Amino acid sequence: MRRLKYNQAISEATVQCMQRDPNVFVAGIGVKDPGGMFGTTEEANELFPDRVFDIPNCENAFAGITIGAAAMGKRPLVVHPRNDFMFLATDQLINLAAKWKYMYQSKKGVPVVTRASVGRGFGQGATHSQSTHALFGHFPGLYVATPCFPSDIKGLLISALTGDVPVIIIENRAVYNLEDEVPEEPYKIPFGKGRILREGTDVTIVGASLMAYEATRAASILAEQGVSAEVIDPRSIRPLDEAIILESIKKTHHLVVADTSWATYGFAAEVAAIAAEKGFADLHAPVRRVTLPDSPAPVSKPLEDIFHPSPSTIAQAAFEVLRSDLQVTDHAPDVQAAFQGPY
Amino acid sequence: MTGKDATILLREMIRIRRAEETVARYYPEQEMRTPTHFSIGQEAVSVGVCQALERTDAAYSGHRCHGEYLAKGGSLLGMFAELYGRVDGCCQGRGGSVHLHDQSVGLIASSAILGETIATAVGSAWAFKMDGSPRIAVTFFGDGVTEEGIMHESLNFASVLQVPVLFVCANNGLSTNTPLSVRQPKGHEIWKWAAGYGIGSALVDGNDVFAVYDAATKAVEHVRSGKGPFFLEATYFRARVHVGYETDEMKNFTFRSEDVVAAGLAQDPIARATSKLVSSGVCTEADVAAWTEAMQREVDDAVAAAKASPYPSTNDLLVGVY
Repeated sequence: MRRLKYNQAISEATVQCMQRDPNVFVAGIGVKDPGGMFGTTEEANELFPDRVFDIPNCENAFAGITIGAAAMGKRPLVVHPRNDFMFLATDQLINLAAKWKYMYQSKKGVPVVTRASVGRGFGQGATHSQSTHALFGHFPGLYVATPCFPSDIKGLLISALTGDVPVIIIENRAVYNLEDEVPEEPYKIPFGKGRILREGTDVTIVGASLMAYEATRAASILAEQGVSAEVIDPRSIRPLDEAIILESIKKTHHLVVADTSWATYGFAAEVAAIAAEKGFADLHAPVRRVTLPDSPAPVSKPLEDIFHPSPSTIAQAAFEVLRSDLQVTDHAPDVQAAFQGPY
Repeated sequence: MTGKDATILLREMIRIRRAEETVARYYPEQEMRTPTHFSIGQEAVSVGVCQALERTDAAYSGHRCHGEYLAKGGSLLGMFAELYGRVDGCCQGRGGSVHLHDQSVGLIASSAILGETIATAVGSAWAFKMDGSPRIAVTFFGDGVTEEGIMHESLNFASVLQVPVLFVCANNGLSTNTPLSVRQPKGHEIWKWAAGYGIGSALVDGNDVFAVYDAATKAVEHVRSGKGPFFLEATYFRARVHVGYETDEMKNFTFRSEDVVAAGLAQDPIARATSKLVSSGVCTEADVAAWTEAMQREVDDAVAAAKASPYPSTNDLLVGVY
């Protein structure tokens, strides 16, 4: 089958939705820039220049503006080049979009779809490297997805742009160059359905966003040392596919959760809580979370190099959960080793 | 005013006033378990603007939304049942007093968070522009909202994209109990801010429903004809406390002097409209009394129906989250 990169899959899904529904439009700061938001909005802009809007700087108002447009039947696709700017949009997304259908008992929701990119490396630093998925995942009324692979982002984005729920899609920049087989025709992937990326028997590794890919690389390291890891990509974190995780730990009895964000009150904490509440009897060891150190993201390279979870740290955590004395010796290259600055 | 039965403006205001006075009558029973911001004193702004709109125009309001909800055509039962938390409420008991809406009459949403529904109105107007629709959007908000950052963002966006939106600032000079003098620059006039964005604007006496209607008619014509957004400020006197049914006197509030309160109450929009219509021979005191009585009956029927309406089933707690 044909292979696409992650950014190409986003572009294709966007264009296909725009072709099928004239109410879909794309908007955000810089979406018409050369390069088209990491190559995700360029083709949409070429084909539908009147439905791709570069906008004034107004994250707060704009979240509300798109809600008001969605209430009139539009399907806005908002793009933030860095998801840290979404803090400015949280009032509208959390207090209004998430609550619209419930608070007003409205027959129709306001299906605003927000895509936002998370930076990593090359000194992106404290305010351009954090991932907001757990924050938004806290609130009922939103769907939050963290797809890692091209075939997943395409199906989830099409679900979002044809659904009735406000959706936030968090894209780690490091996944834009990942490639896999992507069907050409439009298709949907439901929210709340995870995917087993690799089957295994000794330990389950659940990874959100980029950590799904890093977990597969960790699984390769583990396999070299005789440990069979099952890797699960939840794809969406709200709703979360609890069953796929609980089924897996019934088999492996060990759980490692890797995340691109912090441990405290985060995605990894949620998965650990589900395992403790609903899968405790299946666990033969405490759950391990592999997350960011408890500090804002640094800039200096030696600090940055130890800041992000890596295949090695995930694999090492798996050894520890398994009470193994093995040490990771094969360090996979940094996922962004080939990245050229500045942005 | 021309081309419109002037008594409609008065009758619509009486409808809102009877509803609000009735809420005030029953509110102490503690059965309407929802913080309520009374529209008493503000009726001329809600009615004067809504009567200048089409039913299909999209209106948004804030926390003090009862007046706009009723003026745009929202049902009395929908409001009272909502206040009582019943299934016949406009939000089926999930929204409360500050979230009244009736999308069938174009009152799209109200929200308790300051400024949220300014942006949503701009967005609805943007959607109308994209579709080449003749509809316009209107947002009602208080003077407090004009201090929020979203006001700037929304005015800027609306002007740049020339969307058909009417901003209506109902200025009562208070944000909760904090006066404009400690919130905005001295000598500042809210409506004049719009000029900085290239947005047409006007100031009107919000206690005079005929003046509001005339100003709103011109503003709506401006917006609907594609001349871009318009900003209308209407000043009025908030007759009750910020939240709750009481007067300042009942709460022993003294942040407004007795003279200020007396002067404000003397501007009562219903008394002024009645006096004008009766003195000009359009209607009689007896007509007004009859309308008031008829509206009160309508309100009493709505209260009875609301109280007879069931509470939502606890099995339905999660209905509507997605």
